[in-house]
Amino acid sequence: MIATKIPNGPIQEKWTQYKATSKLINPANRRKYKVIVVGTGLAGSSCAASLSELGFQVDVFTFHESPRRAHSVAAQGGINAAKDYKNDGDSIWRMFYDTVKGGDFRSREANVYRMAECSLALIDQAVAQGVPFAREYSGYLSNRSFGGVQVSRTFYARGQTGQQLLQGAYQALIRQSAVGNVSLHTRYEMMDLVVVENKAKGIVARNLDTGEISIQEADAVVLATGGYGKIYYLSTLAMNCNASAIWRAHKRGAHFAAPSWTQFHPTSLPQMGDYQSKLTLMSESLRNDGRIWVPKKEHDPRAPKDIPEEERDYYLERKYPSYGNLAPRDISSRAAKEQIDSNHGVGPMKNAVYLDFKDAIARDGKAAIEKRYGNLFDMYKKITGMNAYEQPMLISPAAHFSMGGLWVDYELMSNVQGLFVLGEANFADHGANRLGANSLLQACVDGYFISTHTIMNYLAGETPNVKIDQAIVSNLKKETENRLAKLLAIKGNKTAEEFHKELGILLYTKCGLIREKPILLEAKSQILALQKSFYKDLLVPEGQQINFELEKAARVEDYLELALLIVEDALQREESCGAHFRKEYQTTEGEAKRNDEEYQYVSVWESIEKNVFKLHKEQLEFEYIKVSERSYK
Amino acid sequence: MKLTLQVWRQASAKAKGGFEKYALEGLDENMSVPEMLDFLNEKLIKEGKDPVAFESDCREGICGQCGIAINGHVQSPEKRATTCQTHLRSFRDGDEIHLEPFRAAAFPIKKDLCIDRTALDRIISKGGFIGVNTGQAPEANSILIGHETAEAAFDAAACIGCGACVAVCKNASAALFTGAKISHLSMLPQGKLESKTRVQQMVAQMDEEGFGSCTFTGACEKVCPQGISVAHIVTMNREFWKS
Ligand SMILES: Cc1cc2nc3c(=O)[nH]c(=O)nc-3n(C[C@H](O)[C@H](O)[C@H](O)COP(=O)(O)OP(=O)(O)OC[C@H]3O[C@@H](n4cnc5c(N)ncnc54)[C@H](O)[C@@H]3O)c2cc1C
Ligand code: FES
Repeated sequence: MIATKIPNGPIQEKWTQYKATSKLINPANRRKYKVIVVGTGLAGSSCAASLSELGFQVDVFTFHESPRRAHSVAAQGGINAAKDYKNDGDSIWRMFYDTVKGGDFRSREANVYRMAECSLALIDQAVAQGVPFAREYSGYLSNRSFGGVQVSRTFYARGQTGQQLLQGAYQALIRQSAVGNVSLHTRYEMMDLVVVENKAKGIVARNLDTGEISIQEADAVVLATGGYGKIYYLSTLAMNCNASAIWRAHKRGAHFAAPSWTQFHPTSLPQMGDYQSKLTLMSESLRNDGRIWVPKKEHDPRAPKDIPEEERDYYLERKYPSYGNLAPRDISSRAAKEQIDSNHGVGPMKNAVYLDFKDAIARDGKAAIEKRYGNLFDMYKKITGMNAYEQPMLISPAAHFSMGGLWVDYELMSNVQGLFVLGEANFADHGANRLGANSLLQACVDGYFISTHTIMNYLAGETPNVKIDQAIVSNLKKETENRLAKLLAIKGNKTAEEFHKELGILLYTKCGLIREKPILLEAKSQILALQKSFYKDLLVPEGQQINFELEKAARVEDYLELALLIVEDALQREESCGAHFRKEYQTTEGEAKRNDEEYQYVSVWESIEKNVFKLHKEQLEFEYIKVSERSYK
Repeated sequence: MKLTLQVWRQASAKAKGGFEKYALEGLDENMSVPEMLDFLNEKLIKEGKDPVAFESDCREGICGQCGIAINGHVQSPEKRATTCQTHLRSFRDGDEIHLEPFRAAAFPIKKDLCIDRTALDRIISKGGFIGVNTGQAPEANSILIGHETAEAAFDAAACIGCGACVAVCKNASAALFTGAKISHLSMLPQGKLESKTRVQQMVAQMDEEGFGSCTFTGACEKVCPQGISVAHIVTMNREFWKS
């Protein structure tokens, strides 16, 4: 049985109740406790700063050169909060409802409600830190609307919302490193988790400049290490995003939930060549004015301007007349993939669809479109060299967000005691599909408001500063040293990058937007073969000090194991829900068909040994929201 | 596409560095500069040679990690672009291109194209923040900020912390970086209270780290990928004299 520790009582009072009854530590005693925080994105920075403000000792680790470079920095669109500043009928309740529905009824009600509830204070906090959100001329905060909802609850700072929120959190963190109890360890990678008697007691860390491996001890460990969408190689994530911290924790006993639920963003730029290393996201807001289409004819070689109106298929408008080009992400992405797969794809690699502003420009004028999207059109030009005022943009779905992650209970604690997992690294609030602008929020509230209380509650029951047995310490250190030495010693002929690319293509084509049993089985055996080849053919250049190839190789090694679990998870779930679409389970109209009777649970995986997984189930109860079919027709 | 690269190679902080030449063929004009370096590195690794150490992360111009000098242009020969936003179509087939790390006493070279910019974090640590703890914030709309002020604050806060302003400056001054943060925070009502100590401490830290002083050449504004204006240096100086 999985214990979620959801407090009793009405959903509106659960969090208040929790806070009122959770255990506290006297301010003078807090400094005796040390917490390790891995990751300095929104979740990690905010948690570390807040814990230090409370008086705890906090050791922060990130592989980045500066905490400010964490991938939260790249989020563009905005952050949701149920402030109801627009008087358009928004409320905590409505946000809760939208999120549960958006997640296709595969998230935990109590967690989602709490996220919506904490959203109000988060905006207050960010403003107080100096985050320059967009304002009306009157000086009040401005909002816009985002996909999948009918109210305007998104706060934004031009197209750089993540950057601005991260600056707020980073500055709070840096302030604590100067005047508080934070000690910062940049260019350190967490290589393993230290677990003593099912309690997280520290991490194995590698100094990436010197290569030195050390054991870092603490009374609790927080992983805020972000998403692993980069496993698909081509993704909207930064080059160094990885799964290693959570995967290593998983191998030490922490359960992994819904690993295969990955969101593919519908408006990314397509791959243009084999050399390509990442895909850039174009803001979803473009779908407000751009119309998405493909040629009706298969393999149509004509330039878009030569294709007459009646030979274009505006497939989203055709299939979803009421939401049209603004259909939710999972649906839009899948529809694009279907067009590409059925030979209607466009662009040099025939892997894209058109996003066309011709009609919007004719209707509102070029100046109006430039005012709305000028910076995005410029960015498009910078990357592709093409002018979107004159020809339609090329867009394509790309791996973007991990709904899956380490399983956590209501306290954001994994089944390993004292291991807290925050932000995109955990599985909690987004179910099988995340709504736009909800993940910056989740990362922030996890860090600023939730973990601070739940970590204190945990620490209150722990004796501080218990030293780990020296024998365990030296064994753990050796284990990691040996692991890296082994990778260096293979001396094959294939780089880590090549393995990663191969794995990415395999996963994208066989366990991506559309999944199917025989293909998944194929993927499984191919991943196993790739794993074998990795240990035989890997080539890593010499050197323990600054050696980016060695870092990469260790991450790819972990990806190869996680990939197998992803496929296992996709195979096991014989239904379609949110981003997980099994070809065998669709309605007559080709939409995702859930099977609530048999699959209304979160799949929670345990690794028994390498490549052998055991399934546990967290049954989902919907007490407050009526489970229904998610329709956007 | 063919290019000849002259890449700065330096084994470690203390080692002596120099340019090394690599002739590359089969490049694609749509490759970004880091993708070209990936291409070079794959080749070097296969040849049993040490790959070029360089850093990049977001590869979309926002994390501030990737900056190097390309043919002497800090970040990029293109306007308002980072190294990762520079594509090979900016060069002609057959060109020779020099790639070297940002140079400044306060940014020691660690290896090849990698530098240490933690001095910038230390400047921020001396007051580049508003001293609000979690939980203390008043209701967001109780702090009114005019549209223009919010936009101007954003312009200053858009800094990606890449250090290009320092690298291009003949004095290796961090005035634009520091000025932008001081200006961002002192412009906002919630940041005014700490203005005095902020500017004094941050300016002192700038000196401590070995950054030079600003002689107002304006070179920094020209290479800033976010187009941050030198007007923020004026604001900083004004705040400094006020304090
Ligand atoms: C292009 C893009 C645009 C987006 N736009 C939006 C948006 O508009 N709205 C929205 O709500 N969401 C958006 N998202 C999603 C959102 O940005 C992320 O989900 C969120 O920022 C994740 O924050 P985090 O703190 O969990 O992780 P991150 O910010 O990814 O931070 C992870 C941290 O962990 C560290 N780390 C990882 N592994 C290790 C290790 N082994 N050792 C040491 N350190 C480690 C990293 O160095 C980093 O500091 C976007 C995502 C992308 C990719
Ligand atoms: S890699 Fe992030 S700015 Fe270039």
